[in-house]
Amino acid sequence: MLGRTIARHGITLILTALLGGFLCATLVRLAPGFDSDQEQLDPHLSSESIHALRQSRAEQRNIFRFYVALVKGAIRGDLGTSTSLRQPVTALLIERAPLTARIVGGGLLISWIAVMTLALSAAWLRAFAYDTLATALTGLLICIPAAVLALLSVLWNVPGALAIGLIIFPRDYRYARNLLAKAYSLPHIVAARAKGLSELRILFWHVVPVAGPQLLALAGVSVSLAVGAAIPVEALCGMAGVGQLAWQAALARDLPLLMNITVLVTLVTLLANSGADVIGHMWRGQQA
Amino acid sequence: MSYWRKVACVVLLLVAAVSLAANWVAPAGYAKQYREAAGAPPSHEHWLGTDEIGRDRFARVLYGTRISLLLAPAAALVSTLMAALIGGLAGYLGGRWARAAMAVTDLFLSLPWLFLLITVRALLPLNVSPLISVLVTFLILGLLGWTSAARILCTTASSLRDSGFVTQARAAGISRTRLFWIQVLPNLKPVLYAQFWISIPAFILSEANLGILGLGVAEPLPSWGSLLKELEGLVSVGEEPWKFVPLVLLVIVVTAFQMVLSKPEEVAA
Repeated sequence: MLGRTIARHGITLILTALLGGFLCATLVRLAPGFDSDQEQLDPHLSSESIHALRQSRAEQRNIFRFYVALVKGAIRGDLGTSTSLRQPVTALLIERAPLTARIVGGGLLISWIAVMTLALSAAWLRAFAYDTLATALTGLLICIPAAVLALLSVLWNVPGALAIGLIIFPRDYRYARNLLAKAYSLPHIVAARAKGLSELRILFWHVVPVAGPQLLALAGVSVSLAVGAAIPVEALCGMAGVGQLAWQAALARDLPLLMNITVLVTLVTLLANSGADVIGHMWRGQQA
Repeated sequence: MSYWRKVACVVLLLVAAVSLAANWVAPAGYAKQYREAAGAPPSHEHWLGTDEIGRDRFARVLYGTRISLLLAPAAALVSTLMAALIGGLAGYLGGRWARAAMAVTDLFLSLPWLFLLITVRALLPLNVSPLISVLVTFLILGLLGWTSAARILCTTASSLRDSGFVTQARAAGISRTRLFWIQVLPNLKPVLYAQFWISIPAFILSEANLGILGLGVAEPLPSWGSLLKELEGLVSVGEEPWKFVPLVLLVIVVTAFQMVLSKPEEVAA
């Protein structure tokens, strides 16, 4: 059963990568200005060079051939060359991915510590004032654009990971709080409370097993939020990560680079969601 | 209607009314420059001071609010209609149509929203006129923001398809097309209404993010995104607090939108 779940996720991942890649390649190919190149306007180039440049563009005219060439290159580890930075995309990604992984991981950790502390205490205490205060705080944070939080983190010299944590915390908190509140209102937990079981025992023996798989799924989704938050944080805090690279590629309309980053990010988020789903599946299996 | 929902509605109406009356309320046009007073602090002539090229900040806030408040609902309308057509139709038809539509939806949903936005924005030319940039920005939001709503609508339409009254109508010989337009779509209205309201603050925030990143509305047209970009130049929070006015206004408006839809079950009822 578990093997089938993993195989299903694996196939979905490969199909999404291929389909997403094809979609990206099609969009890049059809994007206005793809056929023209700034180099073609260079007065120093001879007519033969301009002709060679046009010829290389003409070879990419067929979308399927263009896509097959991209996939072949990707299999060899060659993701093409960035048109704005004039560097191999693979090298750029290898250089920048560790920083992004660090701040995204840190942000997720900070956010989930805050989410669980606040959501558990709100569900545990069941105090109206506390719950209102927590909801108001998260409500305020959710209304501030992620890019403004990134700018404020620069002003207050806050680390990038904390900025990412602040961006994803209110979104995760609302779901986590509702999940825990729902679990606490289940009849067998109410009965356990009435019988005088300690709160810690209720939490770890009855609440966590019920809400755990759903919280795991939420953790998987929050990876996608964190990766998205990396763009404004890295771009505005001057951090040389993949988010900043994507932003620079967008501003320079460096479509090959942007396409590769998009496919990579899609794979990372899908992998996180699949991982959360598989662990949740194992958890439920153990309970059954 | 609860007390806080009433307050939220009044706030929204007030902000919308003042921004729509910008032509009369604002002391100058959004692009008019007072070169002798560039970067001036608040005064009697310029209530919120002027920006670095001497444009009246209060006027720009009013015009920017108008753009965001008019175009975010327009984008929300586009995305809701697309969700109704794609999600509603897929759910109603069921089978391979629903599976195909949901596979496309999943593909879009697997991408972080901001990544998707900047990728699609970069596919289109960046050096365009301000008017085109404003339309492109909000059109992208509308055309890409339908996915999560489509998923909900697909599930709702699928349950409607199997409901008693639809089965009865089908048995009475009503064509599938007529059944969709006359019976299914009107019953999706509460969900569509909720999705429309949810989308507006989400699109306002997305435009603000794009604007700050320099991929939103082009100068000299103001929008909340381009107004918030000014915060980039600040050295400390207390230095020029009046620069935070667009942020405060944005937070108030987004909060009001969320409070209008604070109890979705009330809307669905």
